[in-house]
Amino acid sequence: MPSNKSVSDAPITQFVNCRILKDHKLQWEDLWVREGKILNPEKLFFDEEGFADHKVDCEDKIIAPGFIDVQINGGYGIDFSQASSDIRGGVALVAKKILEHGVTSFCPTLVTSPSDIYHKFLIVSVLQKVVLLDLLAPVMLLCFSPQVIPELRVQDGGPEGAGVLGIHLEGPFISEEKRGAHPPKFLRTFKAGGLADLMEIYGHLDNVAMVTLAPELANSAAAIHELSGRGIAVSLGHSMADLSQAEEAVQHGAKFITHLFNAMLPFHHRDPGIVGLLTSDRVPPGRTVYYGMIADGIHTHPAALRIAHRAHPAGLVLVTDAVMAMGLPPGRHTLGQQQIDIQGLHAYLTGTTTLSGSIATMDMCVRHFREASGCTVEAALEAASLHPAQMLGISHRKGTLEYGTDADFVVLDDTLTVRETYIAGQKVWRK
Amino acid sequence: MRLVILDDYDLASEWAAKYIRNRIVQFKPTADRYFTLGLPTGSTPLGCYRKLIEYHKNGDLSFKYVKTFNMDEYVGLPRDHPESYHSYMWNNFFKHIDIEPQNTHILDGNASDLQAECAAFEQQITAAGGIELFVGGIGPDGHIAFNEPGSSLVSRTRVKTLAKDTIVANARFFGNDLSKVPTMTLTVGVGTVMDAREVMILITGAHKAFALYKAIEEGVNHMWTVSAFQQHPRTIFVCDEDATLELRVKTVKYFKARMH
Repeated sequence: MPSNKSVSDAPITQFVNCRILKDHKLQWEDLWVREGKILNPEKLFFDEEGFADHKVDCEDKIIAPGFIDVQINGGYGIDFSQASSDIRGGVALVAKKILEHGVTSFCPTLVTSPSDIYHKFLIVSVLQKVVLLDLLAPVMLLCFSPQVIPELRVQDGGPEGAGVLGIHLEGPFISEEKRGAHPPKFLRTFKAGGLADLMEIYGHLDNVAMVTLAPELANSAAAIHELSGRGIAVSLGHSMADLSQAEEAVQHGAKFITHLFNAMLPFHHRDPGIVGLLTSDRVPPGRTVYYGMIADGIHTHPAALRIAHRAHPAGLVLVTDAVMAMGLPPGRHTLGQQQIDIQGLHAYLTGTTTLSGSIATMDMCVRHFREASGCTVEAALEAASLHPAQMLGISHRKGTLEYGTDADFVVLDDTLTVRETYIAGQKVWRK
Repeated sequence: MRLVILDDYDLASEWAAKYIRNRIVQFKPTADRYFTLGLPTGSTPLGCYRKLIEYHKNGDLSFKYVKTFNMDEYVGLPRDHPESYHSYMWNNFFKHIDIEPQNTHILDGNASDLQAECAAFEQQITAAGGIELFVGGIGPDGHIAFNEPGSSLVSRTRVKTLAKDTIVANARFFGNDLSKVPTMTLTVGVGTVMDAREVMILITGAHKAFALYKAIEEGVNHMWTVSAFQQHPRTIFVCDEDATLELRVKTVKYFKARMH
């Protein structure tokens, strides 16, 4: 059957017998994919007089945009914050494994670390710019400095693993009282708060997607302003800020809250603290404050999850905050510069009752959130896809199934169990 | 004419869809001999389209060798606007069946030369061998396609300005904002539809009853352009009980008796 296909000869795949998440609803619609992007079939029909080359029968399953995890510290024995000789290999291993949880894009998270760790991980991006080909990089590295370690960088996903959207730097500009599991000796304050402070600690910001900081630190406004201006999402967390300090931070550009309720002042009816941002009337018009929730059933009581969700459903972003032990058996392990103990679904700082991160997977979080909040399937799926994409300002290409966006999606059954994961229209994992 | 009266909208839609299905199947279309079908838009034919899709999904009906010609399209409305007739046909029909894109024909309301577009449409119909069965509806003012009251009964495909009645009737598709409804359309003429070998008009609902009365119980008149089909050799009017409310009891009884 000849067809025009005037725009492209690339093969077209049509996913049929499925319900897709479109316009915030699950609808019985086919999903069309070409060249790694979601295709508009009506335009194909009328403009190109084209049709599908392959049809995939989804057997009545759900297709949702791939999940996006903006806070994940490691997993499967890999700790992103640990100085290692094969950081790229470590990220790649986790990136590959999380495909099983439906995660197609993520932000590897570095907890508070000494400055030289940041410099090691972030500095090679400069050399990457100088050197035109990756192939030459090892040669150049040998010539310039044998100490340099391959860094964490922004990378498209594919069969090798989920895509890296950028690094999430959680610290070191955080509050000592609310440091949680972060090592106190590496906490920092701002001298002037400007670029100089940030560069002195971090080294380079090219591949950074998010920074978590405590806005009550002196001179934080300048830092928030500087980071936001570079397109880096500033998140408030590990902080003692009151509501007006938090609101000021939002006015300077902050747009996210790191694991709401955890590592911040508790909600008080006369000073709601950072939690009060969910219903603040001081958020600049047209902007939304998003907030991360660890919906593992442990870090947040289901009633608290419901209060947050009902107060501000559009801002809820599911995060795993998964630690190195995610995917590992129970026992003692290392996180950042410290030790933790795994017991069942709990991960404690060794010798304390302080939680040091969760070991739930993203798909578990989606299911738990749905059950605990009683929300719709659509809302649960959007909390793991659309909302993180909106927060990072990338919803024009990720987090939705709109025409022209990247074809990163998951096939789920009605229990919201991941059956298949696709990146750029290619199947990268199946159960 | 044949006047087929069913009890309600669903039964009328089903009767019409079965008629279309049977005509196509009995025609036995092939790559050398396509079945040419004229198609309407609007709320009336939705039930009929749903049934046709059902027959296709059951394996009883294929549109592989069917060519379709739609009656009309708005002028100046972007083709991917949710209320364009292209969008209507894609969402309500084409995307659910096996019709080939190049076998569908809808007037292009964004063509740079509208008159040339209309002339080309007429030629496409001729080149396809004429229309075997033209399915249409009726407006509350008795119009067929967008041949508003006063349209020539021998008219061909052309640009038409919409009557106030039609704009008001269409406002519900544009958020009830009259200023958003397109005022001009491209439409097949009365003469164009009269050229079809067979015509089937779907009329359902009490709000169409007066128009049906004017179309079949009064004279042929350019103020009620559907009345032109009184002079067509093979026309079927398919309606529900409510649409017959303005007809003489005698007319209704006569045609109902012919159904059994």
